[in-house]
Amino acid sequence: MLWSDRVFDTLRELEGMGRTLKRFDIPSTVEFPATNVWVSEDHAVVTTEIPGIDSSALEISVIRDSLTLRGLRQAEALKEGESYHRRERWSGQFTKTLEMPFAVESDKVEARFSKGVLYISLPRAEADKPRKISVKSE
Amino acid sequence: MDETAREIQKKEAETPETGERTRATRVYSPQVDIVERKEEIVVIADMPGVDEKSLDITLEKNVLTIYGKVDVYIPKDHRLILSEYGIGDYQRVFTLSEEIDRNKIQATVKNGVLKLVMPIAESAKTRKIPIKAEGIGGVMNLNVRSV
Repeated sequence: MLWSDRVFDTLRELEGMGRTLKRFDIPSTVEFPATNVWVSEDHAVVTTEIPGIDSSALEISVIRDSLTLRGLRQAEALKEGESYHRRERWSGQFTKTLEMPFAVESDKVEARFSKGVLYISLPRAEADKPRKISVKSE
Repeated sequence: MDETAREIQKKEAETPETGERTRATRVYSPQVDIVERKEEIVVIADMPGVDEKSLDITLEKNVLTIYGKVDVYIPKDHRLILSEYGIGDYQRVFTLSEEIDRNKIQATVKNGVLKLVMPIAESAKTRKIPIKAEGIGGVMNLNVRSV
């Protein structure tokens, strides 16, 4: 590949990324927790905003191509004489299931929880990957 | 809260502060709970992606501004197939009533949630303290601790 080709490819990639972000209209309301899913040929990344929850209170399970997140976000406990002046934050038990475009290698799923954001890395199952069949000439 | 009402919404801030913004990013208004206790007012704000280093809390006169910077994360060579939230900074502005002891406001951040504890001044403990959300900037810095 020519060097200039590579530069143009990178530019095209960046352009594509910008388009990807712009193209999606984010729905006005979504079910807690709000989730973004990114995929490549053999890998998926799920990011989700779950502020105020401890990573130990999170349960992640993967079965074939479906990912399930479970957890509990507790509301601030009120004592006698205390009241909510304003209440916008959602709290309670949640379950959210997402379908990936391919079967996932469940042993290799990795999750990281940082600053209230959960990042999950889901590699595509080896058995699910498309195989190249070489053609021999006779 | 009602179990069935699990719908949430990430709203863009209506009046993003222009002075501080040096990068082209969206600014969202964090969802907050405000709890009134006998001795203090507690503000709890959802700011996923923010920690004590990326948070600015300023108090100018009676205007308290919270601003959280968020690093946009985009996985390389991936395309977005589901997008339920946008990524950007957070800002929200509150007007404090006279009764709040400005020197004793404490802020902590944990797991992307900011908690502001604002004690009610001794002289004002019997009165009711209203706080309302507004949209103006601020200047003075308070200390933010991580827990």
